[in-house]
Parts: sequence; C-alpha cells; structure tokens
Amino acid sequence: MSSRRSRQSSGSPSIKDDQIIELVSKLRQLVPEMRDRRSDKVSASKVLQETCSYIRNLHREVDDLSERLSQLLATIDADSAEAAIIRSLIMQ
Amino acid sequence: MNSRSLLLSPNPNSLKSRFTEGLLRALLRINQHHHQQPRSSREIRKRHRLIKTAAYGSMASAVGNRKAWSRALLSKIRNQARSGAVLRRSLGSSTRLLSMKKRICHLQKGNSKKNRVEVGGSGQVDKLRRLVPGGQLMDTCSLLEETAHYMKCLTTQVQVMTRIVEIYNIP
Repeated sequence: MSSRRSRQSSGSPSIKDDQIIELVSKLRQLVPEMRDRRSDKVSASKVLQETCSYIRNLHREVDDLSERLSQLLATIDADSAEAAIIRSLIMQ
Repeated sequence: MNSRSLLLSPNPNSLKSRFTEGLLRALLRINQHHHQQPRSSREIRKRHRLIKTAAYGSMASAVGNRKAWSRALLSKIRNQARSGAVLRRSLGSSTRLLSMKKRICHLQKGNSKKNRVEVGGSGQVDKLRRLVPGGQLMDTCSLLEETAHYMKCLTTQVQVMTRIVEIYNIP
C-alpha cells in the first residue's frame, strides 16, 4: 500500500509548489470577482474555478460582439483614413 | 496611485493599439470581400466566424511569438485556413489533420505524468487547459502564467470590440 504517492505534497513544499501558489494568487488578483475579497484564505481550487468561468464569460462576450460586428459590417465601408480616426477614438 | 491610468495619449506600440489596428484592417478586408448583405443564414454564420477568427487572430498577432498561447492560437488558425483550402480542393484529404492530432495526443500522454503537484482539485486544472490555447501541452506552472497573460489580453480584446460596436452603432 503506497500512501506515499498521495501524500507527496504534504511534506515541506518544494520550489515548484511555492511557484504554483504564487501564480495562483497572481491569478486571483486578475479575476474581478475575487480581487476585492478580504479573506486571503481562498482555496486554489476556487481560484481556478473562478478563472475558468471568467475566461468562459470572456469567450462568450467575444462571440456576442463578433455577431454584432457582423451585423454592423455593412456600415463599415470606411477607407484607411477613416479607420485611423476610428482607431484614435478607440484608444482614448 | 497607478500613474498608468492617467496616461490618455495612445502609445502606438502598445498591445491595445496594435490589436486595434490589426482588427480594423481585417474588418475592412472582410467587408471588401463580402460586400453584399448576407442573405442565407449560412452566409451570416460564415461572416460571424470570419470576424471571430479575425478578432482572436489579431490579438495573437499583436502578442506575436512571445507567448505559448499566442503561438498555439496562430498555428491553429493557420492550420484551419490550410485545411479549409485543402478540403475545398480535394475531398477527404484529412491525413494532415489526423497526423497532427496523433502528435498532440502523444504529447498529452507524456505530460500528464509530470503534473504531480496538487493544485487542489485537479479537475479545475484540466478545465483550464482546455480553455487556454495550447494549454494541453504545458506543465502546470506555465499554464498558470500563460492563463494570466491570456486573460489580460482577452479583456483588452473585449474592451476594444465593445468600443468598435459603440462607434458604429449610430442609428
């Protein structure tokens, strides 16, 4: 019976574990839902879960926006000069 | 106080700027080639797909080869274009796609043994792998780093696309 394999990470954390913990907390800062939570005891699993649903939401938004753009496309008969104006509007 | 938020003048070399320019150019191109109003639902779906690909492609191009996710996304788009052309020319020549899939599966099997570190609920890591382009081929550490960058870029992408829709949505 090797309980060794499942307890591998319970000893002193390896360098890689620390790295992963740090990356997970960095991810936590990027997900809007989790950024302002006061408690800093959030499980890595929760962070990953929220990250996944956030990315899925972003994908859905891109899909939705692409759809709206394709409907508006006919009105974009702009030449490159107008495109420059549009770009400066976007970058404000 | 974040001084970056006070900078209103656009930096022409910023990721956002390069992405915006690339996307606008792509939209112009699509508009030129598909000028008639799409009638059939098939044409509408095709245009929707083209724009979506242009959006992801422009972002990946703006990032360039610096990140694994952008490299994976660019090669996926290139392969889609290539396989589309191949299929159009001769039906049933999907051997290239099959051999590529075999290679990816092989790499997946090799990598799964390396991920020993428990990140609480390995199911979540797998879900993340499937969401981030190229995630299947990364070790957990790289996956988390790439995810952070991918999320930031996606947010910018949505921001810019929303702005474009706003600008053109004048009734």
